[in-house]
Amino acid sequence: MLGRVEAQKQINSSNNRSIDLVKSIFGYIVLTIIALIFIFPFLWMVATSLKLPTEVYTIPPKLLPETITFENFIEGWQYADFTRYTWNTIVVTTLAVLGTVISSSFVAYGFARFKSRYSTLLFTIVLGTMMLPDQVLLIPTYILFSKIGWLDTLKPLIIPSYFGGGAFNIFLLRQFFKTIPKELDEAAYIDGANSFQIYYKILLPQIKPALTTIAVLSIAYHWNDFLNPLIYLNSEENFTLAIGLKFFENSYGSTQIQMLMAVSLIAVIPLIILFIIAQKYFVEGITMSGLKG
Amino acid sequence: MIKKYSTKEKSEARLFYIYISPWILGFIIFTLYPIVYSMILVFTNADNTGIGTFIGLDNFIKAFTEDALFVKSLLNTIFYVAIQVPLSIILSILIAIALNKKNIKGIQLFRAAVYVPFVTAGVAVTLLWGWIFNSQFGLINYALSLFGIEGPNWLSDEKWAMPAIIIMMLWSIGNSIIITLAGLQDIPKQLYESTEIDGANGIQKIIYITIPLLTPTIFFNLVMGIINGFQIFTQPYVLTEGGPNHATYTIMMHIYNHAFKYGEMGYASTLAWILFSIIMILTLIINQTSKRWVHYDN
Repeated sequence: MLGRVEAQKQINSSNNRSIDLVKSIFGYIVLTIIALIFIFPFLWMVATSLKLPTEVYTIPPKLLPETITFENFIEGWQYADFTRYTWNTIVVTTLAVLGTVISSSFVAYGFARFKSRYSTLLFTIVLGTMMLPDQVLLIPTYILFSKIGWLDTLKPLIIPSYFGGGAFNIFLLRQFFKTIPKELDEAAYIDGANSFQIYYKILLPQIKPALTTIAVLSIAYHWNDFLNPLIYLNSEENFTLAIGLKFFENSYGSTQIQMLMAVSLIAVIPLIILFIIAQKYFVEGITMSGLKG
Repeated sequence: MIKKYSTKEKSEARLFYIYISPWILGFIIFTLYPIVYSMILVFTNADNTGIGTFIGLDNFIKAFTEDALFVKSLLNTIFYVAIQVPLSIILSILIAIALNKKNIKGIQLFRAAVYVPFVTAGVAVTLLWGWIFNSQFGLINYALSLFGIEGPNWLSDEKWAMPAIIIMMLWSIGNSIIITLAGLQDIPKQLYESTEIDGANGIQKIIYITIPLLTPTIFFNLVMGIINGFQIFTQPYVLTEGGPNHATYTIMMHIYNHAFKYGEMGYASTLAWILFSIIMILTLIINQTSKRWVHYDN
């Protein structure tokens, strides 16, 4: 039986090789088309942002600019206070992501390594809050922040991250901590390390891929967030990029599309660069987090 | 015999509470308190100070009998979810199958390409799509014109504005593609090999092996798709501001308007709970039926 299969395989092998080649060429073509669909809008954004106004509104559309100009970036940037918006976005994103990573890993460490009479119950509550509706929490949280005078400040976008860093992140990091053998903690304990040193020096370095995943997703979330800044920020000096771009579009969007694309491109580029850098850890982390959620 | 807690257990419990204390505080301030407060708001006519008088079930009655715009926003959102979510699942499976090749050089690059629109999803990218959908100078209508089709006025046409948003959202499904890809990679190779010996072709393999074994992933993407889909806000707000003639006006936009434009916190909270109930009921139904169609090994 086995012999027959082997013989058949040998007869087919030269045949298979050419079939494989055709298959892999076909595979490349399909993949290239798919990738183009996902990337092409960005190329269109780049092309539009580099065009002179006279080349933007043409039929048929020109895929490439004839004369490349960087004027749109410079001018568009000055039409609104984009330096300010960018700075605010960087402040919010940096501080909120820092809060998320520190706080969720700290809490996850507690759940992964220590027990009390109520630890199981409390962890069940953590899991339960994952199902809680954001839309329901939005209004009372807004009233709370308005009462303590935080409206039109960046605080509502930053401070909540420091209180646990999100149920899902706690859950994910706890799972990762649990995969690290407890003997490692004990060895460090015998060497005189306290629980915080064990967390900080021994365990955190072990879960870097998970922390990177959380950090990147959290950066993308805060950088792109539109609803919360829209609700909390009123004065232009506090705007983030998301709000600033919409503000710019309302004023000049229909007539200065090349500038709109230029400033939008500047808003998107940091995320693309970040993603490319973190990609290695990232896709792994996503697939793990996705399925375990 | 009464079990006494040893000092070691006591100190362990102390450490436990120290480490989880940020979460406990956050839970009380940003979850428990808002939930309870929101449940009270539902029965009041509170304004944006959060104070109002008790009006019983009036808010619920108003939502379903007087507020035609709410019903419209509900139908729009259901339409969006009913089309976008199934399509996103089907496309995710097809694209993930194409991406699930180990022996192709640079496969990581293709996977990254698919993911980028998800990472960048926000106002900037939405504005880009507004330009792509431009009826006169946009790319889509130009592409259609190459096939002799005259494209619609996408964003200013009541019939085409929501489909335009659906198309845009189908472009940023990178996350669900990558999750599906992980599901594909969990399927044991031997299963494919044994059906090959039985003479199954590519499509048969997809129908009889890939799809059934992918059902846990499909289930996950379906539930997440519904939860996120019902809360869609940014894209219609930025692209069309709910128009034309409320064709892209969603529940979240209605909640936003009542809460933050008209300052009707009581009524807006009621709408938020209705939205949550819809999501919850759908999730429960899917979960109940999942026993019949989701395949779990062991």
